[in-house]
Amino acid sequence: MKDTEGYVTADGRQIGGVLMEMKNITLKFGGVTAISDISFDVHEGEIRAIIGPNGAGKSSMLNIISGFYTPTVGEVWYKGAKRPPMKPYEVARMGVARTFQNIALFEGMTVLDNIMTGRLTHMNASIAAQAIWWGKARNEEMENREIVEKVIDFLEIQAIRKTPVGRLPYGLKKRVELARALAAEPSILLLDEPMAGMNVEEKEDMSRFILDVNDEFGTTICLIEHDMGVVMDLSDRVVVMDYGKKIGDGTPDEVRGNQDVIDAYLGVPHD
Amino acid sequence: MDLLRDIFINPFVEMAAMPDLFLQTLWEGLVSGVLYALIALGFVLIFRSSRIFNFAQGIMVVFAALTLVGLYAYGIPAWIAVLLTLGVMFVLAVSIERVVLRPLVGQPDIILFMATIGVSLFLIGLGEIIFGGENKQMITSELGIPTGETLLEPWGGLLILPHLDITVVVVGGVLVAALLAFLNYTKMGRAIRALGDDHQAALSVGISLQTIWVLVWFIAGIIALVTGIAWGARAGVSFALEVIAYKALPVLMLGGLESITGAIVGGLMIGILEKLFDGYWGYPILGGNTETWFAFVLALIVLLFRPQGLFGERIIERV
Repeated sequence: MKDTEGYVTADGRQIGGVLMEMKNITLKFGGVTAISDISFDVHEGEIRAIIGPNGAGKSSMLNIISGFYTPTVGEVWYKGAKRPPMKPYEVARMGVARTFQNIALFEGMTVLDNIMTGRLTHMNASIAAQAIWWGKARNEEMENREIVEKVIDFLEIQAIRKTPVGRLPYGLKKRVELARALAAEPSILLLDEPMAGMNVEEKEDMSRFILDVNDEFGTTICLIEHDMGVVMDLSDRVVVMDYGKKIGDGTPDEVRGNQDVIDAYLGVPHD
Repeated sequence: MDLLRDIFINPFVEMAAMPDLFLQTLWEGLVSGVLYALIALGFVLIFRSSRIFNFAQGIMVVFAALTLVGLYAYGIPAWIAVLLTLGVMFVLAVSIERVVLRPLVGQPDIILFMATIGVSLFLIGLGEIIFGGENKQMITSELGIPTGETLLEPWGGLLILPHLDITVVVVGGVLVAALLAFLNYTKMGRAIRALGDDHQAALSVGISLQTIWVLVWFIAGIIALVTGIAWGARAGVSFALEVIAYKALPVLMLGGLESITGAIVGGLMIGILEKLFDGYWGYPILGGNTETWFAFVLALIVLLFRPQGLFGERIIERV
């Protein structure tokens, strides 16, 4: 059902062509191989999950996509071109936004200011113009504010706009982090365990937001998640990793039936 | 009894009796206050964006002033020398980022602090090799800074406003206002404020650590040049100028290392209070010369009650 031109999902959504492709990625830290020879692709408009037990190398993979790590071997193809080694902020400027497993927000700043930083990649007026709040800078700021307000509305966090992030409870922080990533209007949104540490209700909220984001803005999403139930409901296609290797790739149903995957999760001894 | 009278009654009687002298004291306090605030801002910017307490700030003041005077001595016109000095401060910012900060990213704060001590020792050496260690005259009039005085006569008294001081207050005020606008309303400003909170998050929204660090060190360099010119015009240019940067320490204790408002209000407060204290309490009771220690004692007293400073972020630890 999958080809380079895109495909139609089980629930009838049209998915676009390949947006990003990881080719034979290997990542070594000294003598430890965190990821060995993994390839997979992400299509435009789909929700792609990477799952696997602890230590499988999922976060490392996400860090490679977002430029925090450089793969030892292998290539990252993005929008049809091979991506040269890049710094994280350069990757961000190419339209890749992400959230972190252990929440990385600017604690001292308000929710609104935090989300505004998501717009940094879209501000181009010169420093001088910005300093005197004039012309292009002024229009840009207005435009950015509008988008930020839309995101705030969308994620239902109006009530805490002016609250310093440091004071918020965990679940809301996760939502603010998602808001900041969304404000960048990314081509691809990377979510590192968006539901870690949440209760059932918060998980349901977060799932709904992820689906809505994908639906409303057509954002391509690549996420890592532990909670199998959630992943199977959310994603269009799933990559399964274990001990740094890819052991499965396909729709949730295909993956669920895969013997290697079942073994990895139920715990068959590795030799 | 006499002591109590000296503390609680006489000073105020004097203030009321000679309002012109009172105004004069306030004015002098304001002038040094503006300079303290500027230097403190230099510290705060660097601290906020990189969690580094920049011990070299004082030497940067000396180094900027020395470079300016030195370039002029080589026959370069004054204003061009100013531009060249700004260029030198920029090169300095780039090299500090490249040679000192980049290799030490992620190290404990104390190591970065030690590195800035290294930078300051290096700058002292470099300054002495190139420009020599002797006291020099600031090129005040060559820069077009007026040196006259305006005399006002409020209530039949006398108020002396040296034009140099007026220039310092105006230029310092404009610089502070410009910095505030820059930090609050521009993309770079927002990035600077964000960076100190979380490096990872900053990277993920497209902020380049290197660019911001060069930028804040360059701003600190500009501040160093302005304060160097202002202070050098009064006291001459020598390595002793470094001391005024240490005067910014109590300002930081008062204002909190994180707070930009704190640096400004704290600077003005210390400038004015130390002059008032010296004039009305210090001189009559203790024989004067209290300005060297007053600010530190004031800061200590404030710290007893508010460990995070007057405007610092409250330190709350969850257990």
